[in-house]
Amino acid sequence: MSTDLLVILPIILPLTMAGFCAVFWLRPGWQRWITVTGMTLMAAAAFALLAGVLSQGVMVSQPGNWAAPFGIAIVADPLSALAVAAASLVALAASVYAFRGVSENALHGGFFPLFCGLMVGVNGAFLTGDIFNLYVWFEVLLVCAIGLLVVHRDGVNLDAAVKYAALNLFGTTMFLTAVAFLYGAAGTLNFADLARVVPELGASAGLTFALVLFLLSLGVKAAAFPLFFWLPIAYHTTPPVVSALFGALLTKVGIYAAFRIFMLLFEGTTGLVGEIVVWMAAITMITGAIAALVQTDLRRMLAFLIVSGMGYLMMGLALSTPEGLGAASFYLIHDIIVKGAVFLLAGVIAVAAGSSDLTKIGGLIRTHPVLAVIFLGAGLSLAGLPPFSGFWAKVLVADAAFDGARPVLGGIALGTGLVSLLCVVKIWMEAFWKTGPEGMRVTARLPLVMMVPATALVLVSLAIGLYADPLMDMAARAGAGLADPSAYIEAVMGAGE
Amino acid sequence: MTLLYALSVAAIMAAGVYLMMDRNIIRIVLGTALIATGVNLVIFLAGRLGPTAPAIIETGAYTLGEDAANPLPQALVLTAIVIGFALLALAAIVAYEATRALGTVNADEMIAAREEGNPFEPASREGSSARK
Amino acid sequence: MQSVILNALARLFFVAMLIFSVFILLRGHDSPGGGFIGGLAAAAAYTVITLAFGAAKAERWLILHPVVLMGVGLFCAILSGLPPLIGDFGGFLYHLWWEGQIGFLQLKLGTTLLFDLGVYFVVVGGVLSILFRMYETGAEEAN
Repeated sequence: MSTDLLVILPIILPLTMAGFCAVFWLRPGWQRWITVTGMTLMAAAAFALLAGVLSQGVMVSQPGNWAAPFGIAIVADPLSALAVAAASLVALAASVYAFRGVSENALHGGFFPLFCGLMVGVNGAFLTGDIFNLYVWFEVLLVCAIGLLVVHRDGVNLDAAVKYAALNLFGTTMFLTAVAFLYGAAGTLNFADLARVVPELGASAGLTFALVLFLLSLGVKAAAFPLFFWLPIAYHTTPPVVSALFGALLTKVGIYAAFRIFMLLFEGTTGLVGEIVVWMAAITMITGAIAALVQTDLRRMLAFLIVSGMGYLMMGLALSTPEGLGAASFYLIHDIIVKGAVFLLAGVIAVAAGSSDLTKIGGLIRTHPVLAVIFLGAGLSLAGLPPFSGFWAKVLVADAAFDGARPVLGGIALGTGLVSLLCVVKIWMEAFWKTGPEGMRVTARLPLVMMVPATALVLVSLAIGLYADPLMDMAARAGAGLADPSAYIEAVMGAGE
Repeated sequence: MTLLYALSVAAIMAAGVYLMMDRNIIRIVLGTALIATGVNLVIFLAGRLGPTAPAIIETGAYTLGEDAANPLPQALVLTAIVIGFALLALAAIVAYEATRALGTVNADEMIAAREEGNPFEPASREGSSARK
Repeated sequence: MQSVILNALARLFFVAMLIFSVFILLRGHDSPGGGFIGGLAAAAAYTVITLAFGAAKAERWLILHPVVLMGVGLFCAILSGLPPLIGDFGGFLYHLWWEGQIGFLQLKLGTTLLFDLGVYFVVVGGVLSILFRMYETGAEEAN
């Protein structure tokens, strides 16, 4: 397959499927099959792209044959190819889960076209090589995300949608302002061209203002410490399939954009900005885990654990070393898969026990031993215990912190790992081990379409944990590519010459 | 000229932020629209003010004339306007549906999700679950 | 809201605006105009019908459901970008042109026209799906 086709497929496949779903608007039953087919094809395309990037290096396509830096380049480097592959796995699992987990209202309100549209936005944001285009993809996925909240048309989700929309629209607008200031200072919008131009500009008020706005807006998107308040308010009420998609993908797109922008444009986080990011990372990590510990609702605990995970990812950015960035790339992949798995499993538990409030459920190990084992696996991966992917992710991040002369950060990372282990143990003891309260309604038979995708994601995490070398190599390459963007720049700018 | 332009952007932004502070979600929607407009003007300003000739290549020529305006900010603003239009429509729908479902335009009274327990006040949960 | 003047003139406006929207669409590539603006003009034409005779009638005149129209438009837009990918001579959306003469007509056609047509349909469908939805729920509440 040609490079042009390979790079663009993860974006146009879900877009085509969104079109298909829209054409069959009056037949919601067909939309399910269209979406599952589309996500399968997308996963295949994503892995083909990953294989291509690993063998050929950075792959670039110039839509419309407009050469960089004048046109928009679509770029797949190891990091973006990995992220697209992990995201498409979660999307595939969620699309299978959606056979049962979607209400009638949502089905007729356009759940599946929006699902496909969300994946267009996510893959577009991962693959774009142009900062204004990144803003456009942010808006695409934001519109689809708000749509996925609104289609349920019940009070809880609409309330969540209002808050989610207001804060994220404001965040995206700040991002656009930052892009405007960056353009005013540098005169270009292509990432590779910016990476050449910006370091030579020297300090200026416009550039500093852009930097601060990027930090704030991506902090909102990535749910970093002082800006994460929208997340636990919006995520716990959504149906499991939606929260799995949101939890696995939306915040990760934010942190991915932060990696790109800070590493390419500002040569890592140095000086005062570096200090700020370090402390944002540390506080995000620890507050997320501690806040999760005091919750009694399963899904809200998981929402706070997303926040905690974002701290680990920011740590890689704060370190700005190849090892730190490689570790963060590994963590990114692990986090996408395992957050998808735990939110889907939380949905299964809610079906099995009739509630996700841990005070109202219990004793599931007697009725659903298989579910107990699978959730234990997902939880251990989340907490960072072997033999799951989470172990390697946390070890790599902490190790990079000690190597990068940030022992305090490494210590906080390890401590946070303990607190998240406590969270997982608490969830497991409450939901499965303790005797269930009186009058709990247990659903004995769990639908296979719900169990299978969640189990598959846990198995992926287990496989990565047992056989970590390939992903570690890829993550190291992704980290090296972030720390030294010369290959990226050459691939993009060279393709235009 | 640039200063005047910057001041007017500041005024629009200030009005937008003021509206966003309001509790009435209709005003929040309007504020977001105003801020988006302000940002469009910032993009335009970032491309430098000056030449007034339209950015159209003359017949027979292959490049823009010397006195032509910078076409890139125009393209960016056009894109941003289209996206802003879509977002405004969506925000209006969300506000409308939320008002219908929750019976209020006051963001402080939209507490359906918080009734499921406020994540920042664990103690209030017992009361709210008893109400349900 | 019933107005004799609006009802009498709505059909006339509708036809005129729809023709004008197609004109804007076709002059799009080299002159100001194109799919987005044309689509908005066409959506305005249907809005006139909605205001005069209600959303049900406008939906009938649209023939396709607005969301279906969006899907069709999306297809047109994607299709217009595929030839270079299949033939492997450029990136997505690299447009091909054909110039020629049929009788008196001097024609300049390109795959951009298909793209613009797609945008046109998406905009008409998108605007009208929002309009019809709000108009219907608004009418429910008024009763």
